[in-house]
Amino acid sequence: MRGAATEMPSLSRSELEDFLYLEAALLDQWDLDGWLALFAEGARYLVPPAGADDSAVPATTLFYVADDYHRLTERVKRLKKRTAHAEFPRSRCRRMISNVRILGGNDARFEACANYVTWRSKMGRTDTFFGHHRYLLTCSEGAPRILEKTTFIDQDDIREQGKVSIIL
Amino acid sequence: MSHRARVCATPAFERRSEFTCMNGHATFASPTTQASYSMAASPDQSPMSLIEDDQVRGLFRVARRVFTDESVLEAERRQIFAGCWLYVGHASEVPDAGDFLTRTVGGRELLLVRGKDAGLRCFYNSCPHRGAMVCREQQGNGSLFRCFYHSWTFSLEGQLINRPGDEDYAAETRDSGLHNLVPVARLESYRGLCFVHFQQGTDSLRDYLGAALEFIDLILDQAENEMEIVGGTQTYGFSANWKLLCENSFDGYHGLPTHVSYFDYVRSKPGALVDIAIEGQAHDLGQGHAVVEYTAPWGRPVAQAVPAWGEEAGREVAASYARLVERFGAERARRMATVNRNLLIFPNLVINDIMAITVRTFFPQAPDRQLVHAWALAPKEESARMRELRLYNFLEFLGPGGFATPDDCEALALCQRGYSNLDGAGWNDISKGYQSVTPRVDDEAQMRAFWREWHRRVAGAQ
Repeated sequence: MRGAATEMPSLSRSELEDFLYLEAALLDQWDLDGWLALFAEGARYLVPPAGADDSAVPATTLFYVADDYHRLTERVKRLKKRTAHAEFPRSRCRRMISNVRILGGNDARFEACANYVTWRSKMGRTDTFFGHHRYLLTCSEGAPRILEKTTFIDQDDIREQGKVSIIL
Repeated sequence: MSHRARVCATPAFERRSEFTCMNGHATFASPTTQASYSMAASPDQSPMSLIEDDQVRGLFRVARRVFTDESVLEAERRQIFAGCWLYVGHASEVPDAGDFLTRTVGGRELLLVRGKDAGLRCFYNSCPHRGAMVCREQQGNGSLFRCFYHSWTFSLEGQLINRPGDEDYAAETRDSGLHNLVPVARLESYRGLCFVHFQQGTDSLRDYLGAALEFIDLILDQAENEMEIVGGTQTYGFSANWKLLCENSFDGYHGLPTHVSYFDYVRSKPGALVDIAIEGQAHDLGQGHAVVEYTAPWGRPVAQAVPAWGEEAGREVAASYARLVERFGAERARRMATVNRNLLIFPNLVINDIMAITVRTFFPQAPDRQLVHAWALAPKEESARMRELRLYNFLEFLGPGGFATPDDCEALALCQRGYSNLDGAGWNDISKGYQSVTPRVDDEAQMRAFWREWHRRVAGAQ
C-alpha cells in the first residue's frame, strides 16, 4: 500500500500506464528492437520459476530467464532469426496489462508493478500466462525507461505452456 | 578406470537382430546377418514391426507407431515404468527430519520423507482408508501427515498415530499394520540420487546402474563432500513422446544445426568460448544406459574457465582444477574438468554434465505428451560467485527460457506431428555410425543402446 510518507516519482500512474501499454503493443507486434529501446543500458530482464515469490533472486534460485543487458540484447537478436526455431513461425500474442501501481521511489529510480495476462497461439495451440510484473524504472523529463523488469508467472508450473520462448 | 575399456567397445554391444511384433504378440526373431526383406518390394516392414536392426546393411530403424500407439504406452507402463528403477529425487531436497516432497513418478503419486531417525522413506501418497492424498504440498517440513477427509493421521515413518473413533475398529485390524501408509516396494539411493522400484526381487540399484556408475561418479566426485539440488524444480510439459527426449538428451548430431542461434549468441560475447572442438565418443553402458563424452568450447564451472568469467573466477577455477588433480590424479582430473558428458540412465533419468549440470526426468502423460522435471545439481561447497556463474551458464542453454531447450522441444513436437503420417511414412532412422568401430558423439550408437533395451522390455508385452 502507498503510505503517506512514501517518496514518489514525478510520473503519474496514467503516464506509466501509457508506457506499459506501449511496451505490450511493441511485444504484440514483435517490434523487439522497439521494445529493447525502452530499457536503459545495463538493464536486466528476469523471469523467476512459476509460483516464485517476490524475494527470489537468480544467484540462488533457478530462474527461467535471468538476462543481463548483453544477454537481453542477444535474446532480442535471436528471436528475430529464423533459427530461433521455437518462435519460427512466430507465435501470435496478445498482452493485457492492469492493476498498475507505482510503489515508490524518485525519478532516478522507482518501483512499479502491474498484473498481466498474455496469450500465445501457435500451430493450433493457445497458451495462457498470467502473473505480475515488477519494474524498476527511471524517468527523465517525463520519459520512463526500464532498469529491471521481473515477470512473475503466478501459476503452479508451466506444464501446459512448456516454454517461455516469447518475451512475457 | 576399470570400466573404460569395456564401455569403449561399443560395437561389441551392437547386437544384431531383428525384432518383430505380429498380431499383437512380439517375437524375437533370431539374429540375422542379412536383410530379411526387400526395400524395393516393400519400403516399410510390416506395420506391426517395432524395430529393425540390420547389421549387414548397417541400418537401424524404429517404427513411428512406438510414439503414437496407446497400446505401446500401456506396455511401457507395465514393463518399463513398473519394472525399472525410477529416479524420485535427491537427498539434498529433504535434508532434515520432517522434510518431505511429493512427486509424480511413473504415474504414481509419491511422498518422499525424511524421518525423525534421519532415514528416507517413500510412501504412496494415498490414505489407507479411502485413498485420498494425505499430503498436498509440493515440499515442506512437518511432524505428521493428516488426511483431511477423515482425519487419519500418520507419523513421518508412516504409522497411523491417530484417527477419530479408533475404538470402533477391531483390535486385530488396529494392530495389523493395514492402516499405515503404504511404502513403495523399494527405495534405494546412490550418493544422494534416490530411486524407487515398484516391484520386489529384481536387481539392486547398484547392479541396475552397472557400468553407468563410473560416469555418475565422474559427476558426483566434482564435489569435495556432496552435491545438492539448487534453486528448485523446473516443471514443464510439451507435446512429444517421452522417448524422443531420451534420444534428444544425448543427441550430438543435432547440436550444431538445431542450436545455431545459441552458438551465435555465445560467439557474440568476447571470451565466452575457448578454442576447443566438439569431439568425443558414444558409449553403450549396457542395460539401456548410455553416454556421450566430448570436449566443448564452453565454460564449465567444475574446472574449465572461459575468459569472459573474469580473472578472479579464473583463479578460482584453476584452484578447483588443482584440487581435482590432488584428489584424483592428472588424468581423471582432466576428464572431470574438461570432458562433458550426457548420460541417460534407462529409462528416463538424464544427467547432463555440460555448461552446468542438469538432472531431469520426464514421464508420459499420453503417447504424444510428456511432463519434464528438471533441476540444477552443484557441489554444496561451491562459492557464491561460482554458484551464480553456474546458474547463469545453465540458463544460457537450458530450461524453458534458455537459448536452446525451447528449440529442442519444438523439434520434438514437430517429430510428433510428423508421425501423423506414419501410415505412409512409418520409420525413424537411427543408423548413423552403425558400422563405426568407435562411434562418435555425433553418431547414434547411444540411441541404439536405449532402443535395444526398450525393445527387450516391451517385446511380448503388448
